[in-house]
Amino acid sequence: MSNLAITPSTSQRAQSREGYWHHLRYIMAENPLTGVSFGLFFGLIAVAIFGPYLVPFDPVATGVGPALQPPGVNHWFGTDHLGRDVFSRVVVATRLDLLISVSAVALSFVFGSIIGCFAGYFGGWTDRISGRLMDTIMAFPLFVLAMGIVAAAGNSIENIVYATAIINLPFYARMARAEVSIRRNAGFVQAARLSGNSELRVLFGHIFPNTLPPMMVQISLNMGWAILNAAGLSFIGLGVQPPMPEWGILVAEGANFIISGEWWLVVFPGLALMLAVFTFNLIGDGLRDLVDPQRRT
Amino acid sequence: MSLGVKSKRVLTRVLQAIPTIFGILVVCFILTRALPGDPAAYFAGDMADAESIEQVRENLGLDQPMPMQFVTYVGDLLQGDLGVAISTGQTVTQELAKRLPASLELTLGALLLALIIAVPLGVLAATRPNSWVDHLCRFLVTAGVSLPTFFTGLALLYVFYYLLGWAPPPMGRLDMMFLPPEPITGFYTIDSVIAGDWALLKASLAQMALPLITLALFTLAPIARMTRAAMLQTLASDYVRTARAAGLSRRRVLITYAFRNALLPVITTLGMVFSFVLGANVLVEKVFAWPGIGSFAVEALVVSDYAAVQGFVLSMALLFVALNLLIDVTYTLIDPRVGEDS
Repeated sequence: MSNLAITPSTSQRAQSREGYWHHLRYIMAENPLTGVSFGLFFGLIAVAIFGPYLVPFDPVATGVGPALQPPGVNHWFGTDHLGRDVFSRVVVATRLDLLISVSAVALSFVFGSIIGCFAGYFGGWTDRISGRLMDTIMAFPLFVLAMGIVAAAGNSIENIVYATAIINLPFYARMARAEVSIRRNAGFVQAARLSGNSELRVLFGHIFPNTLPPMMVQISLNMGWAILNAAGLSFIGLGVQPPMPEWGILVAEGANFIISGEWWLVVFPGLALMLAVFTFNLIGDGLRDLVDPQRRT
Repeated sequence: MSLGVKSKRVLTRVLQAIPTIFGILVVCFILTRALPGDPAAYFAGDMADAESIEQVRENLGLDQPMPMQFVTYVGDLLQGDLGVAISTGQTVTQELAKRLPASLELTLGALLLALIIAVPLGVLAATRPNSWVDHLCRFLVTAGVSLPTFFTGLALLYVFYYLLGWAPPPMGRLDMMFLPPEPITGFYTIDSVIAGDWALLKASLAQMALPLITLALFTLAPIARMTRAAMLQTLASDYVRTARAAGLSRRRVLITYAFRNALLPVITTLGMVFSFVLGANVLVEKVFAWPGIGSFAVEALVVSDYAAVQGFVLSMALLFVALNLLIDVTYTLIDPRVGEDS
């Protein structure tokens, strides 16, 4: 009897899993770039984790080669004005750049979700106050607000993370609010309420998990933007301090040499930055196809 | 007196900007008070003793309760007082006013250029799916989203200044050979046209070309993407099908029916685009040593000149509100669903 009851449900689950893999394969075949982007993504993570142990030179050591050497056999990406190896610096910078943007996006995801969930579920004053707050953040040009926050709170990497988190907050809060409020009175929510779950349990145990798929898309699209933003801030001299390798700073340092033709100082960190942003954007588009086939453009 | 539907909507929209501006003032006020350490000690300077710090605290009104400080802050702002820029010794308002035209010329020029390219591109891409125009559109959109503006700027500089030698060096708004035109609008291009000085116009355009293209490349991506998506949607709609079935010319269907409706979501996205472009403007100004308020703020950041940075943040935010207001008013005026008669 119990066997009979279990068999159809497991087979159904297996079938839906089968359908999911089928869908995934279909999307990979339809847009091979998505597969490529996942490969790039794991590559980036690997570089961030193992890069510092694998690079041929110490990224902050000066004079490991002649100054301003174009790319060659010894120094793949050339050397800078202090004779530092650009390849090592670009590779080692990956960890810091990803760390800044991942922490910023994680912070805004957590706090944005909480704010948006409460606003969408309880409505009323909670909704109005949080809505006003988010509108106020959005009333600023976001990069400019980030500059203002870092200038006021102090020039440190930590504050770059907070500033990037704050300017991304409204996107998550708005999305969570919209996703929660359309499910507020859905059948499964009423069932959960009737079986005696507390309001918070209904909200975070039953409604919130349903908002995760669109939120994941938002996260990966947002990651690219967070990287650009953090790099932009350090390009204008905020946050990361000079000897430390970071893509934005590397480009800023190289900017002084571009008019005398030393292109490699700018091009390689710039390409690394572009590649990272491109990867996250592609993954975002791929995930969107996976999660929400209707919104494809 | 009876107002038309549109005028009423415009008025409501203008009134809606007031709470937004209030919010901006509150945030800017908090930012000025969030300085690391004691602001009074900071403004008193390094050599100050306890007594003179107290004196400064009193002068700045920092011994008052917060709401009173806020009132004083807003009162000062209404008189155009943003404090003194330590780096130059002049008032922040003067410094910003002097540099604002340069930033506006660049930003508005880039927006205009982006619109001129992106909107037709999006329309063409939507009417010819999977053609080369569509692929070009997709390529530009991806590039515009993934490329950091400062990197694009430097790459263009390398190619067009160092390699080809077509562009002048990135040294501000005008070559040192020229004197700036008589300031009327503050925009060098327009002023030189008014003065009838064509050599000057050419020089200022040459100087502006690369920053303009950099900023426009970045700006046109979201606009082209949105135009394409909106156009695809309206072209698939029932009213366009009906218009086609009624035998209207292709041109008329495209422009009068599809395009006018597709324009509305595009205008809505412009708000977000402004936010990006004002931010990117700072980076582009830094790359090309463009003497606008962005590079002023960057210089002020380096020497920890807080009053200048905060004045910059506030004026950028107000500019953003003004641009959004302008867009929303335009939206109301061109919305074909709203008639002028009530």
